[in-house]
Amino acid sequence: MKEIVIISGKGGTGKTSIAASFAALAKGKAVMADCDVDAADLHLILKPQIGLRSEFRSGHKALIRAQDCTGCGTCADVCRFGAVRDGTTWDTYPRVTYFIDPISCEGCGVCVRLCPAKAIDFAEEVCGEWFVSTTRFGSMVHAKLGIAAENSGKLVTLVRNEAKRLAQEQEAKYVLIDGSPGIGCPVIASLTSASLALIVTEPTVSGDHDLRRIAGLTKQLRVPAMVCVNKWDINVSATEKIKEFAQSQDIGFAGLVRYDKAVTQAQRKQETVTEFCSEGVAIDIQNIWDAVTKALAEYLIKTQNS
Amino acid sequence: MNIAIASGKGGTGKTTVSTNLAMLLGEMGEAVRYLDCDVEEPNGHLFLNPYIREKHAAVIPVPLIDESKCTACGECVRFCQYKALIRLSKLVMVFPELCHGCGGCTLVCPQQAIAEQAKEIGFVETGTSGMIGFVHGRLNIGEAMSPPLIRKVLELTMPDTINIIDAPPGTSCPVIASIRKADYVVLVTEPTPFGLNDLGLALDMIQELGVPHGIVINRDEEGNTDAQKFCEKRQVQILAQIPDDRRIAESYSRGEMIISAVPGIRERFTELWRSIRKQVQA
Repeated sequence: MKEIVIISGKGGTGKTSIAASFAALAKGKAVMADCDVDAADLHLILKPQIGLRSEFRSGHKALIRAQDCTGCGTCADVCRFGAVRDGTTWDTYPRVTYFIDPISCEGCGVCVRLCPAKAIDFAEEVCGEWFVSTTRFGSMVHAKLGIAAENSGKLVTLVRNEAKRLAQEQEAKYVLIDGSPGIGCPVIASLTSASLALIVTEPTVSGDHDLRRIAGLTKQLRVPAMVCVNKWDINVSATEKIKEFAQSQDIGFAGLVRYDKAVTQAQRKQETVTEFCSEGVAIDIQNIWDAVTKALAEYLIKTQNS
Repeated sequence: MNIAIASGKGGTGKTTVSTNLAMLLGEMGEAVRYLDCDVEEPNGHLFLNPYIREKHAAVIPVPLIDESKCTACGECVRFCQYKALIRLSKLVMVFPELCHGCGGCTLVCPQQAIAEQAKEIGFVETGTSGMIGFVHGRLNIGEAMSPPLIRKVLELTMPDTINIIDAPPGTSCPVIASIRKADYVVLVTEPTPFGLNDLGLALDMIQELGVPHGIVINRDEEGNTDAQKFCEKRQVQILAQIPDDRRIAESYSRGEMIISAVPGIRERFTELWRSIRKQVQA
C-alpha cells in the first residue's frame, strides 16, 4: 500500500482537482483522505455518503469560574499567550475578576496549575468532527475542523491514520491524500510516512518561490517528491524554470496540465475532470497519474533491491 | 487602521489584492505599511520588491534541562499538554518542535532543573518599497508552528498608518493569529464551488471573532452570479469585483502589479478602497 500526498506550498494551484481525478483514475484501488481539514473541498466532487461520524476531541481550554476568582491576577501574570483579560463581576458588589479569551488560549494549563484559589477549570475541547464515508470511487476519510478551533495538525494525523488503516483492511493499493497549502503543522502531519509527495505548482513567481520551500520540506522529511505544473501555458518560460529546478533537486517531473476552463466546469457539475471530459486537460491529468504510479512501482523495486 | 486580507481557499488573490491596494494607497499619499503574515509561503516581496533594511530572528523559549539536577521524576512530562517532553529511564528528552513556549515545565519542576533557551523559528524582515513600509515573516523550513512568528510580524504595525495585513489561507490558528488585531477584514473569493465553500467557512470564523468584513470577488465572470448570490444569502457586503482576465493571470505570473500592468484594474482598486473606507466609518 502506497501513500500519495498531493501538496503545493502555494494555495489554489489545483491540488483538489488533481486529487479528485486521481480518485477516479485509481479505479477502486484507493482510499481517499482529505487532509485539508480547515478548508476541505474534496467532498464537493466525491460527494461522500457519511457512514461513521465521530467527534474530534483534542486539547483543553482554561475557564475561570467567576464566583471563585479572587481577582489576584496570578493567571494574567503567568499566561504567555495574552489570553487573560480583566473584567468586573457583579455579585454583591462589583469586583475585579479575570476571564480567559478562548480564542487566544492555547490550552497549556499553566494558569490552571498556579491559580491559588483553584478557580480555573480545564475541560477537554471538541475541536471538530471526522467521518468515514463511501464514494463512487471507494472509501473516504474526511473531517471538519470546528470554527476557530485548534489542533488541525492532530486532526490531519487522525484522518491520515484512519485512511491508512482502512486501506490495509481493504487491501487497497493506494491512499490518496489531499493536503493543505503551506509548509507548517498540517502539511508536516500529512507528509509524515508518505511514499510519495506530488507537488502541484503553477508557472508564476509565487508558484516557483513556494515550490522551492515545499521541496525543501519534503527533502528534510526524506519523502520522495515529484512535481507537476498546472496552467503551464500561462507562462512558458516560468514552466521551463520549474522543470530545471526539479531536475537540479532530484525531483521527478510528473508532467504538465494546460490551462482549461473545463476544470472549473467539471467542478460546477461536481465531477472529476476525467469524468467531465476525455480529452485535453483530462489526458494531461491521466499522464500525471501514470507517471506517479510508474515512479512508485520503480521506487518499490529500487528499495527492494537495496 | 489595520486591514487584513484573508480568504479561506488558497490562491484566490489575497496577495494580489494586498500588494496592489498597498501600492495604490502609497501613490495616493497615504501612510501605508504592508505586512505579510503568510509566513509559511510569503509572496508579497515578489511583487513589491522591497529594499530590506533590517532582519531579526524570531525565537520562542523552549526548555533546557540541567541533567545534573534532573531526577527524571516526570512532573514536567505529565504537565506538558503538547507532549514536547518525554521521559526515558533516567532522563527527560525535549522535542522543541512540539513546544509552544508556555513555560509550564520550568514552573512545575520540583528540582528547578529546567531553564529556557531561545529557539529560532524564522525571521522578520523590514524595509521599504517606494513609499510603502514593508514587513514580512519567513518561517524556517521544517518548523510546524507559525502563530508565534505571525505575532512578531504584527508587533510591527504602525500607529496612524494604514496597515495592510496579508493573511495565510485556511481558517485555523495561523489565520486567526493574523486577523486578531484587524479593524476590518477583506475576504477574497472566486466564483467557483471550492471558492464559495471556503468563503463560507471563513465567514463562520470571522463572525465568531466578530470583526467587520466585506468581500472582493476575484476572477469575476460575466454571466456567472454565483458569488453575488452567495453574498446576498449570507448578507455580506461586496466591496469590489476584479474581472477574470487572462492578462491579469499572465502579468501576475511575471510578478507585475496589475494596477499598473492591466488597463481598468486601477479603477477597481480605487473603488475597493472607497468601499472599505465607507464600511470602516459606518
